[in-house]
Amino acid sequence: MSALSHLIEKGASAQHHAPWPRAVVDPAAWTSAALELAEGRLTLLGLWGEARAVHMALLDEPASSIAVISLEEPADGYPSVARHHPPALRLERAVRDLAGLEPRDLPDIRPWLDHGRWELRHPLGERAATLTGPDPYTFLRAEGDGLHQIPVGPVHAGIIEPGHFRFTANGETVVRLEERLGYVHKGIEALMAGADLIRGVQLAGRTSGDSTVAYAYAFVQAAEAAIGLAVPPRAVWLRALMAELERLANHLGDIGAICNDAAFPLMLAHCGVLRERVLQTANNVFGHRLMRDRILPGGVAVDLSEDGRASLKALLAEIHRRLPALVELYDNTASLQDRTVGTGRLRGELARQYGAGGYVGRASGRGFDARGILRYPPYDQLSFEVPVLNEGDVNARVWIRIREVDQSLSLLGQILDRLPDGSIMRDIPVINEGREGMALVEGFRGDVLVWLRLTQEGGIERCHLRDPSWFQWPLLEAAVEGNIVADFPLCNKSFNCSYSGHDL
Amino acid sequence: MRKLLFESLIRPPLTEPRPPVSDAAMTELAAAVERSARRRLGRSLSIRAVDAGSCNGCELEMHALSNAFYDIERFGFRFVASPRHADVLLVTGPVTSNMAQALERTYNAAPDPKWVVALGDCGRDGGCFAGSYAVLGGVSKVVPVDLHIPGCPPSPTDILKGLLGLLENVNEKGRVS
Repeated sequence: MSALSHLIEKGASAQHHAPWPRAVVDPAAWTSAALELAEGRLTLLGLWGEARAVHMALLDEPASSIAVISLEEPADGYPSVARHHPPALRLERAVRDLAGLEPRDLPDIRPWLDHGRWELRHPLGERAATLTGPDPYTFLRAEGDGLHQIPVGPVHAGIIEPGHFRFTANGETVVRLEERLGYVHKGIEALMAGADLIRGVQLAGRTSGDSTVAYAYAFVQAAEAAIGLAVPPRAVWLRALMAELERLANHLGDIGAICNDAAFPLMLAHCGVLRERVLQTANNVFGHRLMRDRILPGGVAVDLSEDGRASLKALLAEIHRRLPALVELYDNTASLQDRTVGTGRLRGELARQYGAGGYVGRASGRGFDARGILRYPPYDQLSFEVPVLNEGDVNARVWIRIREVDQSLSLLGQILDRLPDGSIMRDIPVINEGREGMALVEGFRGDVLVWLRLTQEGGIERCHLRDPSWFQWPLLEAAVEGNIVADFPLCNKSFNCSYSGHDL
Repeated sequence: MRKLLFESLIRPPLTEPRPPVSDAAMTELAAAVERSARRRLGRSLSIRAVDAGSCNGCELEMHALSNAFYDIERFGFRFVASPRHADVLLVTGPVTSNMAQALERTYNAAPDPKWVVALGDCGRDGGCFAGSYAVLGGVSKVVPVDLHIPGCPPSPTDILKGLLGLLENVNEKGRVS
């Protein structure tokens, strides 16, 4: 029996949690799960709280199974997971800020999302008024001869989202990087509570703008799992079509932008043209450049016309024609390779420990892909590969993107050839009971997790959205160590973590 | 690389035609004009982008402005790295409480005359995030806004239209009042 099913059997199973089980466990089982995580037998998918419960989503990778365990009424605190398993640290700090639940023996009790500037504390728990202004935030120390600090942000020099980086450097070499995030916290989960599904999917689609399709996709899958609603096949395929277009556009943009940060703007110019072609085609076909608000509970908002299919085919042909020369240029330019090969190396063990998704994990030997492992439709009927490399450097993360572009082009071709006919929308039935659902959808950056609980009336009681960046941001700190300050933009861009998706 | 560069010489340009100046933008400008500075800016505007809590959708389209299709620099616009170099602050997001002070400081760091352009639906009133404990609800809650460019996110053409409106109004009269 797998470690995960053993854990679930020990607890009281929650009613109507789909498609994976949820069990309410005792503190001892909770701690044993933390130890399993620390041993590497399970992977942490998410950890979130509400006023009177804390939940943890776990993945048993060899068995491809997922489950949620919950601890109820942790009024006097719950056993910290991060104490045994560091990837939970920022999640537990966030739970503490938002829900007011105390992780016992948490190694780092500094606030994370709460900068002391809201008018209240614990917005998702028993709300409390904020008492004082912001406390000074103490950064971790690095001591030694000749060390100096470089504070950067929250407002950066380029067109980037806000966040603060504190570098400690010895000459040009970075000794320690500490991130401080939370600047773009918008309180999305609190806005979700009490919203209907339409507003819910609107908010989900604005959690991270570059992954608007992935978030809407994950949100509706979670909602439909809770309701038990089967969506028309054409809608299912159109969702995947949009998700692959989004992946294509983002990867093309990233490949160019990474090269630009290595002082090679020619790649940016050419990749930027291809990315723009994708966005313009998406606009012509689906009526929005980023395909925002195109996925709705029950189906999709727009159908694909014959003209649309033809222009998508033309787009694929154009990218197929133009991309090889760019890949060759990347591969054969010594000055560019000099910057990317061996830079920002992330060790495979760390990627596995943190359950890093997307190109960050796949460039460091972790081949997890929600499309491949969970085979949610229509990916169960499509053929594709999940590229994996072991070098873990900037170069490897560029190559994973390049290969994923190839895979997305192939997937888009398959979807366009085999798109089923029929309706694109189904009505949402009335459920008359509280239900819970969960989904894991592969966005361009990695797996996006959405968990929600619906009220009897079908509204949202609680919704948690977990961006893949939660597990990638800490790895950036590790990957940058020992590199020169000037290579930070390059490392950062090759990770391209979301600020908004993380801060919520 | 040589092959790609030669190819670019013979390929027709990709550049989009110049969009007409937005009517909505012009109407909004009329009010802004009243209180703006009295100095000719020349034919260029330096823009400092400030993300005050956006979902990063507006940032994607701001990036797109620099691609070969929109090539924003041909109109004299350029994105600069510091508010000290900026004529315009292009601000996105519903302004989170956690970013309000940073936005205010960035505004104060920009020299006069300066204009603030709020970008996107969130920039006007907080958009779908309005009412949250964590957002203030629109850029004008923190710094005075001269122009709002709507959209979620506004397309590069929409942004260009709005900025052209700002530039032309500043230039025609030699001053913005």
